[in-house]
Amino acid sequence: MTEHKESKSKYTEDRQIPGAFEGETVTRRRAMVLGGQVAGGVAAAAFALPALGFAVGPIFEKQDQPWQIVGNTGEFNPDSYVPRTITLVAGIGDAGKSTVYLRKYNPDLDTEPRDEYNSYIAISTLCMHLGCPVRFTAAAQRFICPCHGGVYDIVGKVNGGPPVRPLDRFYTRLEADRVLIGPRFSVNSELQRFSPRDPGEPLDGVGQYLYPSRPSMRKIQGT
Amino acid sequence: MAKLKTPTLPSNPLTSPKRPGKAYGPSTPLEHGAEAGITAVDWIDERTSLSGGLRWMMFRKVPKGTNWFYTLGSATMFAFLSQAVTGVFLAMYYDPSATRAYESIQHINNDVFLGEFVHGMHKWGSSVMVILIFLHMGRTFFFGAYKYPRELNWVIGVALLVMTMTMSFSGYLLPFDQRSYWATIVGVNINGTGPLVGPYLSEFLRAGPYFGATTLSRFYAIHMLLVPGAIAALMGFHLYLVAKLGTTAPPWVRAKSPDALREQKVSDL
Repeated sequence: MTEHKESKSKYTEDRQIPGAFEGETVTRRRAMVLGGQVAGGVAAAAFALPALGFAVGPIFEKQDQPWQIVGNTGEFNPDSYVPRTITLVAGIGDAGKSTVYLRKYNPDLDTEPRDEYNSYIAISTLCMHLGCPVRFTAAAQRFICPCHGGVYDIVGKVNGGPPVRPLDRFYTRLEADRVLIGPRFSVNSELQRFSPRDPGEPLDGVGQYLYPSRPSMRKIQGT
Repeated sequence: MAKLKTPTLPSNPLTSPKRPGKAYGPSTPLEHGAEAGITAVDWIDERTSLSGGLRWMMFRKVPKGTNWFYTLGSATMFAFLSQAVTGVFLAMYYDPSATRAYESIQHINNDVFLGEFVHGMHKWGSSVMVILIFLHMGRTFFFGAYKYPRELNWVIGVALLVMTMTMSFSGYLLPFDQRSYWATIVGVNINGTGPLVGPYLSEFLRAGPYFGATTLSRFYAIHMLLVPGAIAALMGFHLYLVAKLGTTAPPWVRAKSPDALREQKVSDL
């Protein structure tokens, strides 16, 4: 060992390595080992990285959410909800459909300011606990979830049970006398609009930062 | 001087000696058959030396007190093998598309010969595997078999437990009936409740913001390719470590000091 230390020179020739070239500092064996490992690493990355990107790609893809007609203005009233079936994802049959509850904006119930997107209130049936389908029970004037007992009042605010925020809503707009339903958005307990979040993700306090909005679905700019 | 007698030359060394007890070679058809089998196995072993590894794996010394509880690991492995085999054959009839999955399961259950049986084996076998893996874990814990030098094997076992749960979760969606659809919605949303990464994790599982056209095929690929491959690889390593490190005696079997050491102690008095 000591002998090796003494003769330590950066030139392989000085280190008595057989077949050393003049001025060579890295042995060919070492260069070959490193080169082989780098080549293997590049070859593995060449298939592993695209495959990984392929698998996680949908996270960063914007989901197209076309406006769809749900009925004429005459079909909805300000006091009670009318269920309508909309298509969230096309081409997968019933699995892509969802029920939405609609009613006309009611100044006695709704506190949020009127704008072009809420002359009709469209409530999503996705329970904000873990995503089971809620049902509007007219007798109780409440939305009730069958899975874990989440209860919401007539505007979708949490009355009881495990849900962490009011029921999500959809943008609506009028075209002639037809009611159109657009993208989903989430609301906090003051019914302020946020980009859509998944169930179980609170929006009050630090919630909106702990559960960031995602590139795949955003609320309409400026609403 | 008398000359020593020249020793007789050995018989031709190239002819292999007769096997003991069979001086005249195989005579009955059964013996011929056995000879053929031995020849085939010898042919492979001469080229691979596998028998040494097999002997190392199979004929280990086990401590005194080894009992039925020590079979729970092998039982879990056989449950996994049963899942793998029935799963491969279910894949021959199953169609992982959102519009066809339910019908293809109905077809397996109602029309395919033994289809309900193979599907049932896979469905109930999954619960068996989960129960066995927990019992195996309990055995390891209560017998103190996770201690030095077997900590790494405990860690691998925990990874195998998590992957077994992943298999249960991803497989639950595949029949694509109401129960599996809503259970998956709830399960994916539970993933989403993890702060910061949760929302991205649930989008990764769904392949988008909603349960979509490729969610089912994504779960199918995770269920039948990604996780089983990892389980098989880690199970191999788990078994290697069991053979390498040996098994522990049950806690109620007291270690005996060697006689020599005991004598030493006596003479020290």
